[in-house]
Amino acid sequence: MNWTGLYALLSGVNRHSTAIGRVWLSVIFIFRIMVLVVAAESVWGDEKSSFVCNTLQPGCNSVCYDQFFPISHVRLWSLQLILVSTPALLVAMHVAHQQHMEKKLLRLEGHGDPLHLEEVKRHKVLFRLLFEAVFMYVFYLLYPGYAMVRLVKCDSYPCPNVVDCFVSRPTEKTVFTVFMLAASGICIVLNVAEVVYLIIRACARRAQRRSNPSSRKGSGFGHRLSHECKQNEINKLLSDQDGSLKDILRRSPGTGAGLAEKSDRCSAC
Amino acid sequence: MDWSTLHTFIGGVNKHSTSIGKVWITVLFIFRVMILVVAAEEVWGDEQEDFVCNTLQPGCKNVCYDHFFPVSHIRLWALQLIFVSTPALLVAMHVTYNRHEKERQFRKGEKGIEYKDLEEIKKQKVRIEGSLWWTYTSSIFFRIIFEASFMYVFYFLYNGYNLPWVVKCSIDPCPNIVDCFISRPTEKSVFTIFMIAASVICMLLNVAELCYLLMKLCFRRSRRAQVQRNHPNHTIKESKQNEMNELISDSGQNAITGFPS
Repeated sequence: MNWTGLYALLSGVNRHSTAIGRVWLSVIFIFRIMVLVVAAESVWGDEKSSFVCNTLQPGCNSVCYDQFFPISHVRLWSLQLILVSTPALLVAMHVAHQQHMEKKLLRLEGHGDPLHLEEVKRHKVLFRLLFEAVFMYVFYLLYPGYAMVRLVKCDSYPCPNVVDCFVSRPTEKTVFTVFMLAASGICIVLNVAEVVYLIIRACARRAQRRSNPSSRKGSGFGHRLSHECKQNEINKLLSDQDGSLKDILRRSPGTGAGLAEKSDRCSAC
Repeated sequence: MDWSTLHTFIGGVNKHSTSIGKVWITVLFIFRVMILVVAAEEVWGDEQEDFVCNTLQPGCKNVCYDHFFPVSHIRLWALQLIFVSTPALLVAMHVTYNRHEKERQFRKGEKGIEYKDLEEIKKQKVRIEGSLWWTYTSSIFFRIIFEASFMYVFYFLYNGYNLPWVVKCSIDPCPNIVDCFISRPTEKSVFTIFMIAASVICMLLNVAELCYLLMKLCFRRSRRAQVQRNHPNHTIKESKQNEMNELISDSGQNAITGFPS
């Protein structure tokens, strides 16, 4: 299991994303994971071996390194990227579970309930935002100012008095820290935009439902229409799971037009 | 997640590119990414370990190395290649969006869509015109900007493209002025010049592609104006139908590079 495996998982999950969600996924993989793997890991590769203290006292080097770098930047970023990607997997698991329950209900009772996918998507994006913000705060706590210092002064036991310790490649590390933070900031902005978009879409759909003229004709007709819309949604989800919609259209061309008409009416749902 | 993943990303864009664009992708992956991975990374592999200063003062080597190599060549090239490849993804996203729109219209059964099924929409060759032309041209423009910026950053950081074999350092805690020796300076200079040359070639290809796109646009517009002048009684729809018929008969003969002749 490596970053490629995670990419394969998330790409599959991406089907349920909005356009902004897909842009977010590209930014994560190209500007964060790829930069981490091809560049940042080699910059931090010799962080301990090239951490040099102005003393010959055995153990002083290790103790000072541990005091000033409790968790390496590279490991923090890896954790951050895994946790930020996780909500999408939880959505996929939730959708799979719900589809399974819908199928059961359909077979037993002949009808189903639609998924509350919109709400789940909003929660997914909110969790992503939360994880990003938490990690940026943790970075700030551990490494105030985000810049890497060239020299640290250490007086932990067993170092005699105050000892100068020199960090390896501080400028390059600062450049990459700022780059990764900027990418993280862009991802936060994309997540905020996605939340706003999902909220606006939900409000627009509710307003459309309220002002739908066919629902004014009678609650019976409106109820039947919304039942048809829900049934179409379930059919679509079932077909997505068992095969592609294209196959269904090919097998029964007569119903294809009917499905298209019903989905046309359902765009007003 | 490595360069092969980027190759998969960008390779997909290859289908929607012009001929010059395809040459550019080949130059990028063979003469830059591959050289970076198989050769340059080994040359720069021991850059800090073998950076030796003429002093026993602890910390002097670290400080001098950091001063003379703020960002390593290898990392700068990796960032340059990532940034230069990314605009092509805009084109891929635009093409995917167009395809989804056509599939959505086909499913709704809208008039004016002449496809028999969804497979035909997916297999249809993409023509670079309209909004896609603007996306494609912007992506080439951004590529040129990124290439030029990184070349300037290289020049600015390293005062030219040659690496000296000795640098003199007097930064605290180094006592007085200390000689520091760079590992493999000649080999590093050779690869730096090679990568800069490849970068220049890629920039020239991008400029050529931009000129090609602009020329094609002007040519197409002048041809449309000429058709209008010669057949003023024809409606715009008839002119477009004629153009389409010509294109369909042309496409049967040539591999479509994404442009009408």
